[in-house]
Amino acid sequence: MNQNKRNIMLTLAALVVLFGAACFVQAEIDSYIRRIINLCMIYAIIGLSMNITNGFAGQFSLGQAGFMAIGAYMVGIFTVPVNLRGDVFYATPMNPLLVNIYFPLWLALILGGLLAAVVAGLIGTPVLRLRGDYLAIATLGFSEIIRIVITNAASVTNGALGIKNIPPLNDVRYIFLVTAISYIVISLLLNSSYGRAFKAIREDEIAAEAMGISLFYHKNLAFMVSAFFAGIGGGLYGALLGTVDPKNFLFTLTYNFLLIIVLGGMGSVTGSMFGAVLVTGGLEYLRLFDEPMEIMGVAIPLFRPGLRMVVFSILLMICVLFWRHGIMGTNELTWEKILHFVRHPLDGFRKKGVQGK
Amino acid sequence: MEIFQAITNMTAVAFAQHLVNGISLGSLYALIAIGYTMVYGILLMINFAHADIVMMACYFALFGITAFHIPWYLTFILTILATALLGVTIERTAYRPLRDAPKNSVLISAIGASFLLENVATYVFTGRPLHFPDIPFLSTMISVGGVQIQAICLFIPIVTVICLLVLLHIVNHTKTGMAMRAVSKDYEIARVMGVNIDNIISITFAIGSSLAAIGAIMWGIRYPGITPYLGVMPGLKCFIAAVIGGIGNIKGAVIGGFILGLGEILIVAFFPQFSGYRDAFAFLMLIWILFYKPTGLLGEKTTEKV
Amino acid sequence: MIKTILRTEHVTMQFGGVIAVNDLNIVVKEHEIIALIGPNGAGKTTAFNDVTGVYTPTKGKVFYTKKDGTEVDITGKKPSEIAKMGIARTFQNIRLFKDLTVYENVLIAKHLHLKSNFLSATFRLPGYKKEEEAMRADVEKLLKEVNLWDVRNEKASSLPYGKQRYLEIVRALATDPQLLLLDEPAAGMNPKETEELTDFIRKIRDQFSLTIFMIEHHMDLVMEISDRIYVLDFGTTIATGNPSAIQNNERVIKAYLGEDEDA
Repeated sequence: MNQNKRNIMLTLAALVVLFGAACFVQAEIDSYIRRIINLCMIYAIIGLSMNITNGFAGQFSLGQAGFMAIGAYMVGIFTVPVNLRGDVFYATPMNPLLVNIYFPLWLALILGGLLAAVVAGLIGTPVLRLRGDYLAIATLGFSEIIRIVITNAASVTNGALGIKNIPPLNDVRYIFLVTAISYIVISLLLNSSYGRAFKAIREDEIAAEAMGISLFYHKNLAFMVSAFFAGIGGGLYGALLGTVDPKNFLFTLTYNFLLIIVLGGMGSVTGSMFGAVLVTGGLEYLRLFDEPMEIMGVAIPLFRPGLRMVVFSILLMICVLFWRHGIMGTNELTWEKILHFVRHPLDGFRKKGVQGK
Repeated sequence: MEIFQAITNMTAVAFAQHLVNGISLGSLYALIAIGYTMVYGILLMINFAHADIVMMACYFALFGITAFHIPWYLTFILTILATALLGVTIERTAYRPLRDAPKNSVLISAIGASFLLENVATYVFTGRPLHFPDIPFLSTMISVGGVQIQAICLFIPIVTVICLLVLLHIVNHTKTGMAMRAVSKDYEIARVMGVNIDNIISITFAIGSSLAAIGAIMWGIRYPGITPYLGVMPGLKCFIAAVIGGIGNIKGAVIGGFILGLGEILIVAFFPQFSGYRDAFAFLMLIWILFYKPTGLLGEKTTEKV
Repeated sequence: MIKTILRTEHVTMQFGGVIAVNDLNIVVKEHEIIALIGPNGAGKTTAFNDVTGVYTPTKGKVFYTKKDGTEVDITGKKPSEIAKMGIARTFQNIRLFKDLTVYENVLIAKHLHLKSNFLSATFRLPGYKKEEEAMRADVEKLLKEVNLWDVRNEKASSLPYGKQRYLEIVRALATDPQLLLLDEPAAGMNPKETEELTDFIRKIRDQFSLTIFMIEHHMDLVMEISDRIYVLDFGTTIATGNPSAIQNNERVIKAYLGEDEDA
């Protein structure tokens, strides 16, 4: 218990320090870098959300892009200032029932998350009976169906034209707070008895069921909570971009989050955070591959747009083939480990040397 | 009521037109679906990259003719060989090392392979749509009893049926086919009985990819806009077709392909207001079939051992 | 009168053309230890699966008397619902949560009686906190009793085989069952281990006032411990009775004991 209290204090202290850092970044750092940091945090939320189903409950879902789209459109539809909506919906007028409804961002985020969760609940009932590859294909299919519906519901979503004029949010503090809250809530859920039930299902469905864990209830719960946070992340994503468009939410977007959880470790909350930093940072860094490059006045021929994604996907493959458990595996970075490391910085290496098989 | 109106409003010629479109699309789906079902039957995995093998085959054929000026018939043969090689290479590099790994790792690897092919294609061929070259006679429009069709539409079902018959002959009446069936029935026993599993898997990928290449060439003639992502949607639908027919079952995949191809075209024909939802049809079919007949139309019932 | 805990009426299970279990009628009374024996492939595990809801019998019904004394029809109910009513089981090929610790394996088995909903659990409301503490206290007590407390932080898969079997039984016990189904608990154990297991089964029966229904091949164990025995052959019950009656039963000897005693 004592240790528990210490950990809570440490976590709170860390959050305060990080929030201070966020305020500093917001005030002092240029908007390009802020944008990358924000994207990184948003990706962390969505990576975490995907880890709930794929890493903890062991249900391989590929629907994240669809749930993000729901959240993003909730923000897109309701946070555009009423007087600017005519400019957005110039081709198809906006549905008169909606045209005067305005929500502040926080409310749109929550509603987007809730709607995503409701949709997940509806989808989950038939789909979560499937296993493995079938589940992957079915969730991917539903993610596309969500996109198709959005593309076709022009009077609500402005169809293929997308929604512009969303008040842009490039505020590190705001996004940090949402990320921190999401992280805490998800960690608490996963460390509760319900989180343990998820892990039991991942390990062995038949045994879990024989131990009285309802597969239907817990899979759906994991799926809906996952969709909720994907919706919130999607909402922030829309607000960060300032515009939403069905093309933003192609299912290939989901692959980013897949890489995050594979890299970080399927079944590790802290791993997802590392994964998010590496993937967003890496994708940004890899941009140099898309620029023509000269070394000592000689143009290197292969550097042109597209190379970045080739390198990115090769890295994904290397990671899957040779480093299946990612950074963390199913382990967590805990305060115990950090404190231990601070006190005995060399121990970790020694132990690793012995343990490594 | 609406349905009757829609049907009665349609002239016989228009209906025939849609039917021809549906059958040729269904045949193409069938050819691609066979690749999914064969790989699933043996390795119990969705070869996500199969869709992109189709896409690559389109580019092979396109560049063979336009950039290297190889006669089209020779190009087609080379394309089939190159695509088979590509399929085998993907299996060797992306799937074989993970054969004893958890299923999810293989799935991720398959997604990664697919993603890699798409990105390589975008990088090498650019994302802009390229036009598939016109092929003498096959690309031209002809009129059959008042129905305007592209000549290739007449060949697509015929080629598909020939491919299917050859494939069924290989699977049912050759030694290799017997080994393939053995591996898909029981991997371990087949190995113990001395079947060279690696070879059989390579052959399976080669056959599946060759059929994908044949499908891709006809796809290119029929729908000439070639982009790096052209395989994605058909790929998903073809996997669904394989599931509908009963995964692992070759005839089932063909039936599933026809159901999806015809269904998609006819629904849009009768209900133009739903044309935006065309791509959703396959996924709804998938959910429906998994709900009512999870093993597909021709699939065998399997129960998990407890 | 002694309460009947479990009763199957004409339970039949057919897979395609194969009849795995044919017209099975079993009665298990409170506090009994009942064994189900028979050659490999006789349909014993299928019978278990019919009782625990993994399969729904093709024909027939399964009745179970809950702790409050009411008898309910559990045919076709979900395994999780059946577990909640007080039937726990182990598996022939150990099915532990391999990558989780011994402690987690047992703690998870407490989840089924949790009353707090997921929001209360996530936000650690007082009701949930209390329940969580009680679960942990129970698990600690249980693990200490069965000498698994020292290995509580080991991964389940890293335990030696025999301990894994014990852990599976303990995990089942953690669900607070009334009826415990053991599917070949002594499989792969040597005579000494089997003897220990025999004592252990008796001990938990008395300590947790359990009724035990088990499938077993080790005849020493079966004959020593069982109150009654059912013998299955090709899905059909060919004999029932107490150990000495079964040992002397011609049909059983012919079908089973004489041919492959150690199967």
